[in-house]
Amino acid sequence: MNNDNLGALFQRLPVETYVVTFTVILWIMLSATAPNFMTVDNISNMMRQVSISGIIAIGVLCTIIIAGIDLSVGSVAAFCGVIVAQLLSHGYGIPISVGLTLLAGVLVGSINAAGVGKLGIPAFVVTLAGLQVYRGFALLVSGGMTVGGLPPQIKDFSRGTLLGIPNLFTTMLVVAIIVHYLLSYTRTGRYLYAIGSNSEAARRQGIPVFRMTLIAYVLSSGLATLAGILLVSRLSIASPSMANAYELQAIAAAVVGGASLFGGRGTVLGAVAGAILFTTMGNGAVLLNIDPFWEMVLEGLLIALVVYLDNLQKKRQSGL
Amino acid sequence: MVFYPKETTLIVALSMGPSMKPVLTIRNVRKSFGPVEVLRGVDLDLVPGEVLALVGDNGAGKTTLIKHISGVYRADSGEIQLDGKSMDLLSPRQVRERGVETVYQDLALADDLTVGANIFLGREPMRRLFGVLPYIDERAIRNETASLLDRIKSHIPAKSKTVARLSGGQRQAVAIARAIYWKAKVVIMDEPTAALAVMERENVIKYARELAASGAGVIYIGHNLVEILEVADRIAVMFRGTIVHLTTAGETTQEKLIKYMTGYTDKEIAA
Ligand SMILES: Nc1ncnc2c1ncn2[C@@H]1O[C@H](COP(=O)(O)OP(=O)(O)OP(=O)(O)O)[C@@H](O)[C@H]1O
Ligand SMILES: [Mg+2]
Repeated sequence: MNNDNLGALFQRLPVETYVVTFTVILWIMLSATAPNFMTVDNISNMMRQVSISGIIAIGVLCTIIIAGIDLSVGSVAAFCGVIVAQLLSHGYGIPISVGLTLLAGVLVGSINAAGVGKLGIPAFVVTLAGLQVYRGFALLVSGGMTVGGLPPQIKDFSRGTLLGIPNLFTTMLVVAIIVHYLLSYTRTGRYLYAIGSNSEAARRQGIPVFRMTLIAYVLSSGLATLAGILLVSRLSIASPSMANAYELQAIAAAVVGGASLFGGRGTVLGAVAGAILFTTMGNGAVLLNIDPFWEMVLEGLLIALVVYLDNLQKKRQSGL
Repeated sequence: MVFYPKETTLIVALSMGPSMKPVLTIRNVRKSFGPVEVLRGVDLDLVPGEVLALVGDNGAGKTTLIKHISGVYRADSGEIQLDGKSMDLLSPRQVRERGVETVYQDLALADDLTVGANIFLGREPMRRLFGVLPYIDERAIRNETASLLDRIKSHIPAKSKTVARLSGGQRQAVAIARAIYWKAKVVIMDEPTAALAVMERENVIKYARELAASGAGVIYIGHNLVEILEVADRIAVMFRGTIVHLTTAGETTQEKLIKYMTGYTDKEIAA
């Protein structure tokens, strides 16, 4: 087989192939070297952990597909986590507290979309501002303190399982299936990819570009809000400093899973697989007693490598 | 290479003469950008089934004129009618919905989508799972795309997943297939071969003829006169914002066209 055929073969493999392969290899290696890795406790712990970063990654993916980005998700998760905890601790019922908080998340997404789509400010700038602003709001609303005194049902949800699968993981699966359906089978999804690929062409074909931008950013903020609520359930408190740097992990998960920062490419399966990979790396580092600082370095290098490959492919595509 | 004999369509168009109703009529269209009058009263008719070439020097106003047709610009005065109805207040999107497609050299396709997804972009056929859950009918898209590409005899590799790796000519084919499939009444091609290799130019000419044969009126802007004489039924020469000469392709030569393009009058050319 010559080089060309090999290249064509790689082209035809699903984009998620690399991340899934890499993750499986890592699992095998960890099973062999860390005796505590393949235990029921450790696996279900990882499943709970990955649910939150996975949900955020799925949301961010939607903005990456339209050639945007959402850097505010970590702060939004913390801000909305604080809001829901405040509401709950003031005695509002769970449906009202969660409903109002999700509404706040939708509002944040609409503001981001307006900044990007109506004012034409780069998504990077709009959401970088958001990263700072919502972290600030989280600190203001909580007075810089952790918020506790939550009803026990909150804690129970994240402890609970359904058919042996942690509720948190089931929640992520439901989110993943819905967004996968949206992206792969509906016109909305098709238009998101079209806009990310060539927004001018999409506009000329009569696609409502702003409405699609709104959908992408509302999904991103909305899912970050959901993740914030789940995080509160998991920790049984809300801290204004929680979910720190989650935006980087989420973006990295999506990109490692085959999303292109140039837009037009990326899948839910890839983003979830990316999230699983990073969770596994973190878990493995703990089990093998590797200095967490090394883990940060490794993660960073992995992101750099993947973005470099993405760049390379884009260049080859445009014949440069 | 199979060409649709343009003489046939030409003879049909001419013999039907006045009885062949134009699909597009442009009457005394004027347009100034600030102090500069770019269009100084343009008159032009386009009949179904013809390729009308629009030639002229750089800056003559060709692109400006077709942007009035596609709804990008509004004329200061004058009128453009499609099938006898004024298009004056229509947005680009509404113009397109009424059957006027513009094939752009660039910016026309979404690289990360498949050929079929591009042809059907914005008008995807839908089905419902269990009569409820809507989803895009990919099979219909695939089948229609295959027969369409077969029809215009374009050699787009079947295994190409996205349009990213297609050549310039193949990309034109996709855009033209889109116009054919959606039964455009008017197709505008502004310098469609500008960035193409010789072989691919031949294909684009073939596609333009195919479009005309399918009943569309085609406006074809170009600078290469050999190509223009090959593709066009009629040729309109534009000079400084007006149509100074209108001829059938059979009745003219490159030399004559160049003279009109550079501002010679009828009298000077006759002499
Ligand atoms: N939006 C605009 N504002 C001001 N001047 C314009 C604008 N658009 C076009 N013009 C001017 O109008 C004139 C005609 O331009 P146009 O693009 O229609 O020429 P053209 O015939 O298409 O030329 P070419 O063969 O080079 O494409 C040029 O002098 C151009 O500078
Ligand atoms: Mg031009």
